[in-house]
Amino acid sequence: MQEEDFVTIRLSVNGEIHRLVVEPRRLLADVLRDDLGYTGTNLGCEHGACGSCTVLVDGQSVRSCLMFAVQANGLEIMTVEGLAQDGEMHPLQQAFWEKQGLQCGFCTPGFLMTAYELLQRNPNPSEEEIRDALSGNICRCTGYQHIIEAVQSAAQTMAESVSVSSGTGA
Amino acid sequence: MKPPKFRYFAPKSVGEALALLEEHAAEARVLAGGQSLVPLMNMRLVHPEVLIDINGISELSFIEAMSDGLAIGALTRDAKLVADKHVAKGLSVLNEAAHFVGHPAIRNRSTVGGSIAHADPAAELPAVMVALNAEMVARSRTSSRTITANDFFKGYLTTDLKDGEMLTEVRIPGLPARSGSTFVEFARREGDYALAGAAAVVTLHENGTIADARLGLCSVGPAPVRPHDAEALLRGQRPGDETWAAAANSVISVINEPLSDIHGSADYRRHLAGVLTKQALAVATERAERNR
Repeated sequence: MQEEDFVTIRLSVNGEIHRLVVEPRRLLADVLRDDLGYTGTNLGCEHGACGSCTVLVDGQSVRSCLMFAVQANGLEIMTVEGLAQDGEMHPLQQAFWEKQGLQCGFCTPGFLMTAYELLQRNPNPSEEEIRDALSGNICRCTGYQHIIEAVQSAAQTMAESVSVSSGTGA
Repeated sequence: MKPPKFRYFAPKSVGEALALLEEHAAEARVLAGGQSLVPLMNMRLVHPEVLIDINGISELSFIEAMSDGLAIGALTRDAKLVADKHVAKGLSVLNEAAHFVGHPAIRNRSTVGGSIAHADPAAELPAVMVALNAEMVARSRTSSRTITANDFFKGYLTTDLKDGEMLTEVRIPGLPARSGSTFVEFARREGDYALAGAAAVVTLHENGTIADARLGLCSVGPAPVRPHDAEALLRGQRPGDETWAAAANSVISVINEPLSDIHGSADYRRHLAGVLTKQALAVATERAERNR
């Protein structure tokens, strides 16, 4: 392979900056997993049908198997590893655990990132809106009921913590 | 499931992209949202030697009201079209059809121009463009031309675009008062390719009869179907179930090459096309009545 077949890119993943040299044909999902070690992002179908590899790019959910890493040059990526803060699970993760929104867990990172985007955009979604948002993610273990309950529960927890932290204390 | 090697260019302007397209002509593909092209590359069904990534060309992303309609840039994301308010005036068919494209994470990337230039027979927007009498703006380094939707879609994944040409913009003529539009489709699961879909655009006379009705169907042939006979039959008629049934029968009679696969037989798709035609005409007419 020749030198010009490679491109130098800069990726910000969960706030950490990485500089690396990649072939343009490398998928963002593979670079995240194989080059940078963010193995929380799972690859199910590799053609955009299953939603397992969903990550956020500049705040928007995307299939990382349908984007080349070079296209994310200079952009902010958030993977499932970016959800927990200081060893504390994110309310979504906590809710998936409590409501049994997972069994094998393979699809879970994709569900979490898709649900995270939904709650950022719409903190109090209806069940129908949750179903619509999650319609592109496939789970082959649990059925979807517990996953939807988990998202509803997380939305409630997040709303409560916002009202506590913004309360006047009066 | 890894794409084969290609040379990658990320031009920052339309001019730069068109120069690259001219230089590499037949071996190049334009990468817009990549939600159809990248899966095909992952499966190695498509292996362009050169990929021209237009995602950095911000001048191609816009939805603009013109004096006589609407202009949509080729790189406009479907997620933006779903939510856009400009579009609402009589053209709700655009918001609705865009919402049927894949899922939220797909629509964050997928583009209006990409769907049209890819010309998948199951895609929603090509059928909508046909019903709206839209014009496609195709540019090469040395020329620019507009192509009507009817002439643009040639067949299965085939358009009138020539080597060196890129779809840059879609122009949608404005609708007169008393017009309404909609898009309906049926798929086995939300976000799947539709077994059939129908766009309808209806304009009413002041006395409530149909001044003009246009239809575009997807997933029932190698290219979007524009049933001119059904449209002619609707003009001058009074809206209602009998009128819709007559139009649906006419639609069914011109669908002679429906797809047939494990999800639905040709007969079933033909039947669905009739049902969806009736639904779409009824909804579009109801909206036209409200847009007085």
